[in-house]
Amino acid sequence: MALNRKIAFIDLSTGDIEVKPIPLDVRKKFLGGRGLDAYLLYNHTKKGCDPLGPDNTLMVSGGILAATCASATARTHFMAKSPLTGLLGSANMGGFFAPELAWAGFHHLVIKGKSEKPVYLRIHNGQIEIRDAAHLWGKTTTETQWAIREELGDEDIKSAVIGPAGENLVAYANVMTGIKNAAGRTGMGCVMGSKNLKAIAARGTMDIKIAHPVDALEYNKRFIDQITSAKVNQTQGSLGTPFIWGATNCWGGIRTRNFQYNQCENADDIEPERIDEICTEAMGPYHMTGCFGCQVHCRAQYKIPSGPYAGKYDEGPEYTSLGAFGGEPDCKSAETVLTGNHLVDQYGIDNLEIGSIISWAMELYELGILTSKDTEGVDLRFGNDEALIEMIHRICYRKGWLGDTLADGGIPASEKIGKNSFEYLIQVKGMNNLHSDERATPALALGIATGSRGSDHLRSRPAIDLYHLPEKILRQIYSNPVPYDGPLSSEHTAYEGKPWQVFWQENCYMGVDCLGICKYHTTFLGATLPNFEDWAKVLYYNTGIEMSPKEIWDVAERCYNIERLFNLREGMTRNDLKKGDTLNHRYFDEPCRRGAPDVIGLTIDRDKFKKMIDEYYAHHGWDENGVPTAETLKRLGLDKEPSRLL
Amino acid sequence: MEKVLMINYQKCTGCRLCELVCSVMHDGVSNPARSRIKVMKWESEGLYIPMSCQQCEDAPCMNVCPVKAIHRDEDLGFVTVDYDVCIGCRSCVAVCPFGAMNYNIIDKKVFKCDLCGGDPQCARFCEVKAIEYVDADRISIGIKRVAAERLSTAQRDAAALQAAM
Repeated sequence: MALNRKIAFIDLSTGDIEVKPIPLDVRKKFLGGRGLDAYLLYNHTKKGCDPLGPDNTLMVSGGILAATCASATARTHFMAKSPLTGLLGSANMGGFFAPELAWAGFHHLVIKGKSEKPVYLRIHNGQIEIRDAAHLWGKTTTETQWAIREELGDEDIKSAVIGPAGENLVAYANVMTGIKNAAGRTGMGCVMGSKNLKAIAARGTMDIKIAHPVDALEYNKRFIDQITSAKVNQTQGSLGTPFIWGATNCWGGIRTRNFQYNQCENADDIEPERIDEICTEAMGPYHMTGCFGCQVHCRAQYKIPSGPYAGKYDEGPEYTSLGAFGGEPDCKSAETVLTGNHLVDQYGIDNLEIGSIISWAMELYELGILTSKDTEGVDLRFGNDEALIEMIHRICYRKGWLGDTLADGGIPASEKIGKNSFEYLIQVKGMNNLHSDERATPALALGIATGSRGSDHLRSRPAIDLYHLPEKILRQIYSNPVPYDGPLSSEHTAYEGKPWQVFWQENCYMGVDCLGICKYHTTFLGATLPNFEDWAKVLYYNTGIEMSPKEIWDVAERCYNIERLFNLREGMTRNDLKKGDTLNHRYFDEPCRRGAPDVIGLTIDRDKFKKMIDEYYAHHGWDENGVPTAETLKRLGLDKEPSRLL
Repeated sequence: MEKVLMINYQKCTGCRLCELVCSVMHDGVSNPARSRIKVMKWESEGLYIPMSCQQCEDAPCMNVCPVKAIHRDEDLGFVTVDYDVCIGCRSCVAVCPFGAMNYNIIDKKVFKCDLCGGDPQCARFCEVKAIEYVDADRISIGIKRVAAERLSTAQRDAAALQAAM
């Protein structure tokens, strides 16, 4: 039964392990995955704790539906106080780890303390063992996974691991599983590194009883048909996420040369169709692969076609790697993008953050804020592919002054570099923006400004805003499961109604993150994909829990508010340029210079942006400073936090 | 006409949905350890191959069974285990050349593909058609077409080369 999966509290300082059941009332309040992790984080960390100290608590979890007969329940979630931002750390990965953890008997791990020497966790059919990892230290992410399988003699073990970047405490090191599945954002790999925790290896053969197996099977089939009939997922399934890069770049939504342009020109070699050709050449016509139980299969397989890493196998590149190693640094070669993607997979580092931070450094170099003395001879100008690759090595191994400086993250680096370097850093709450440019899309700009983990597209992005859907359709989507009769606009450059869309998407994404389902299976890129109503059914068929769509919405809102409470406790305030719901001044001051005719010349309007934030706070029931009111907390049952239910 | 499971491993994305639905369909639980089909993987090469029972004509499992507990289903043609007769000696597991006879450590029984009584769920759920349930005479038609295409391409290439000489 999914509901009898346990939670384990693991103290790496003492070696104590305590296993507990997860009470049903806790499930109904927070479901699981990211939502319950947020509750645990708020309850198990103290205000102001050192993100790299033993007091920081790392949560690892599957969603409540992990490994059940719902569709694509592969997501593993990581949460802790972020070493990159000092605020909420939260990241989510696909692959096969969470289901294996569930078959091994667990849905949630709460990891405290710090081991004296490198260790890894072995989790097998209800048992947890802390094992020596001296022989794994220094290995790349895939080397580590294969070495664990060999050591334990079981090729079905699934591991979540850190690479050299995590060991070297790079602030935005990630956690990886498989070839390229990554819990990328906010430095969760750095937290593992700080605890001397190299890997978590799971393997299980324990039954997960399905509450209503026949209904669950049939509904899964319906779900899959709904998902695979969406054009957007068919395209994902043949070209992978690069198709989004291609589409966004052509209208002018790709950050180029850090933030100087909003479109990467003459980029034929990294267009999705070209990447697809490279994949086909090396891997044949069927080169798409997927996560557990997923029929979208959005991940391509490739071999690096040329250069020093020629012939190396990897997966991707995602939309994000095309931006990080293509558009932002203005390096327009497939070889560079595929090599960069391979290196970040092997070293275990967030491709978004490292690409963005190197592009920032390139702009500083061209402006003379960084000199060749600072770069120790690296000619760090835009479009220098070799310099880009060299900086990836240097950051992951903290080599040289600049590599070491950039490894600490954007804001600490800007303080070290000084001058006016901070003004060029495209970040929110200390986390750099992905490679998208939101100057022409107020809804997307509001989303990155308010995201609970910093500048990010997976917290609340109303991506369907770009489709210019008729208002009637928008209303169908956005007035369920709670009524909404305020304004909605089909125009992506408008400001009206966008705060509600962002608020709605927040709850939608929190909902899937609690269930453990991938965002490609919900109203993210496709307007016809499942949401609250469908989740109420899959939840019932698989676990037997009866909840209405509105009750799932309430869970999502509750959990998002806990994330907010955590950030507020750690010192975020509305207008703080380093910790608040703000945007870099360039969004307001520098107009788009490229792209579609209705995009050129656009900026975000300061006054309208402020008004959007006010409205967004009002939808949440937060005061003008973005603090949940006493009434809101009471409505959500959060008036007694921390309540230590677990 | 008898139908068979046709597996085209090149199309497999490695998602293992077949393993999930197999265990849910037969046992009402999610557990790949109970699945009759298993995707074998070479992850560092991106190669995934679903393995299941071939329902052999001269089935080694049937031949080796000391108590004659294994026979062929007359309607659907699949090889099946009679649990009233089976003594659980696992000889069939040892001789199967495909590893398709499994042993369930929870119930302590051997188990294998029974084509879900004529509607194999692995094929039904496999959207990319790496697994299909087809009439037995269709099994080689796809391979024929690919081979024929190769021949024709080779011939065209040869003609083009000759013309260029």
